[in-house]
Formats: sequence, structure tokens, C-alpha cells
Amino acid sequence: MATDTHGGEQHSPLAQFEIKELVPIEIGGHNISFSNSALMMVITITLILLLMMLGTRKRAMVPGRWQALAELCYEFVANLIRDTVGNEGRKYFPFIFSIFMFILIGNMLGMVPYSFTFTSHIAVTFAMAMVVFIGVTILGFAKHGIKFFTFFVPPGVPVWMWPLMIPIEIISYLSRPVSLAMRLFANMLAGHTLLKVFAGFVPALGAAGVLPLAFVGALTGLELLIAFLQAYVFAILTCLYINDALHLH
Amino acid sequence: MPQLEQIHTFLGQIFWLFVTFGFLYIVLWKAALPRVSTILQERQERIDEDLRKAEEFKQEADDAIAAYEKLVADARSQAQAVLREANVALAADAAARQDALTARIKADVAEAEARIDKARTEALDNIQTVAVEVAQAATTRLIGKDVSADNAEAAVAAAMRERG
Repeated sequence: MATDTHGGEQHSPLAQFEIKELVPIEIGGHNISFSNSALMMVITITLILLLMMLGTRKRAMVPGRWQALAELCYEFVANLIRDTVGNEGRKYFPFIFSIFMFILIGNMLGMVPYSFTFTSHIAVTFAMAMVVFIGVTILGFAKHGIKFFTFFVPPGVPVWMWPLMIPIEIISYLSRPVSLAMRLFANMLAGHTLLKVFAGFVPALGAAGVLPLAFVGALTGLELLIAFLQAYVFAILTCLYINDALHLH
Repeated sequence: MPQLEQIHTFLGQIFWLFVTFGFLYIVLWKAALPRVSTILQERQERIDEDLRKAEEFKQEADDAIAAYEKLVADARSQAQAVLREANVALAADAAARQDALTARIKADVAEAEARIDKARTEALDNIQTVAVEVAQAATTRLIGKDVSADNAEAAVAAAMRERG
């Protein structure tokens, strides 16, 4: 199934990121094949929906294990929004919750050996970042109209500094989706590559392989933390961008 | 790096991202999150309601305790009043009995004294008669001469007056 360019390097640390088309689909000349990436997305949303729907099925006053977990996720994201955006953020709660859970479960599933991490692909992370960026920009214009442009004028800066500051502000605003996408993509890419590289040392070093093995164990713990942290960072930055769009500084 | 080389898969990845994420978003937004929100809200309401009820019950218990304490205090003061009244009544009764007893004793004493007086008088009268007879008899015996009753009587009376 490997493409021609990767035929010879199946064991390269980057081989794990390869997109494998499972069900070729083509619509209007566009290749939208169902790949291992799409499969993991489907598994991810299935797990989230199972947790959120089946877990809360009983609507128990005293929650069971699964309902407690579902409520924990709910309250975690709800607090996140309350702390960063305030009460106006309630409207965006479903979106923030979806994006947080989607990235979190996607990252976590990626830690399962032989699985695939769809968040390690720049196309996916950049698409998500662009959705956030475009959505937030539309929100800002809808809320403030033309006054949204005052967002690019930092408060308290003397007028003669404006020609310098405004381009900087615009560039920093436009770089938001890039940094948002790159952060998640690079973290996932680096972590998984590192794991694979060190795992490769284990058989190569023979008896001394316990050292890289121990390192891989420790690194797995770190990667689990990063998997959570990156979902959290993506969600909290989205909240902050929404807050900026609502309040302009 | 497959991420940058497999450009032909970009559209597919993004397509499936939108499909899956969109589905996730709509189901969470329309079904799952409102349900969790309802559960949490109901629980909060239930907790608030229970707290309110507990506050009410505590108020009731406080009221009941206050009423009970008032009742006890009232009963105690009433008991004391009754006790005081009983004491007063008892004291009055005792005093009355004492008075009655004293009066009866006084009457008894007076009566006894009267009786004693009478007895004494009678005894004194009798003594005079006896003394007269003794005097007559003694005179007859001693000097062999009969003394008339009148003379004896006069002599005895004189002697008795002399002695008081």
C-alpha cells in the first residue's frame, strides 16, 4: 500500500505518518479517499459520542463512572471558557468542546501502537486552525463591523508609531493560524518521531537496549502529557481569539 | 516527510476532517451537551432545593427548641408559683390549727383549773366537816366531854382562818 516514494523506507521513523488509502473515493476528479487518517477521525468521534451520549444516557442524579467522566470533560471546557471569555463565551462552548475533545482523543489514540495520529498532519491541523481563524475574524466583523480594524491599533501607542505597529499587529494576527497549526502538528510529529527513533535503538543495541527502552517508557508518559496539553493549548488559544474578537483587546 | 509529500491526500484528509468534525459538532451541540447541561442544572437545582429545605427544617427545629424551652420555663415558673401558694396555704393552715389548738388547750386549762378550784373548795369544805367531827371525837376521847357541833365548828373555822 506504500506509495512508490516510500517503498524503500518502510522502517524510517517517518513511515508511521504515511497516509494509506483504504477505500478509494473520487468525486468530480477530486481524490477524497477514505484513508487511515479518516478512519482514526471516525474512531475518535465515535469514542467521543459514545462517552457523551451513552455515558449520560441514564441522566443520573448521582453520576456513574462514565457520566462522571463526561461531566468532568464538560465542566473542564466550561471553566476554560468562563475563565478566558466569560459569560459571552457560552455560545461558543459546543465548538470549543468539540475541538478540544477531537484533538485530545485524536492525540491519545495516536499513542496506541500501530495506530495513526491524524493531528500529526499539517493539512488537518492547518484546516482546523483556518476554521478557527476565519470564524473568529467573521465573528469580529459581525460584532464590531468596520471598528474591528481598531484591533490592529495597539492602545496607548503614540500616533507616529502607528506605521510601524499596525503592520506588526496585522502580521501577528495573520500568523495566528500558522502558529496554531504548526504547534500541534510539530508537537505530534516530533514526539512520535522521537518515540520511533528510540524504539528503533532497542533491538539494535541488544542487551544495552534496556536503556532506550526505559527512555521510550518515560517518553510515552511525556507524550501522553503533551497529547493533553496540545489539545488544551489549541482550545485555550481559540478561546482567547474569540475573546479578542468580542472585546478587541 | 509524508505530511508534505503526499499532497494528493490533502483534500481527502480535509474532507474527512470536515465530515467527521462537523458530525461531531452537530451531535454534541444539538444532543449531548444540552443533555449534560440539563443534568448538571438539575443537580444544582436539586442541591439548592435540598439546602433550602435543610435551612427550613433547621429553622423549624430552632423554633421547636425555642417553644420547648419556653414551655419548660413556663412550667417551671408555674410550678414555683404553685409551690409558693401551697407553702403559703400550708403555713396558714398550720397557723390556724396552731391557733385552734392553743385555744382548745387554753379552754381545757381553764376548765381544769375551774375543776381543781371546785375540788379544792369541796375538799376544804369536807376538811372543815371532817375537822369538826375529828375535833368532837378527839375532845370526847381526851377529856370525856362532848362538844356541841356548833362550838366545834366555830373553833375549827377559827383555827382554819388562823392558818389561812
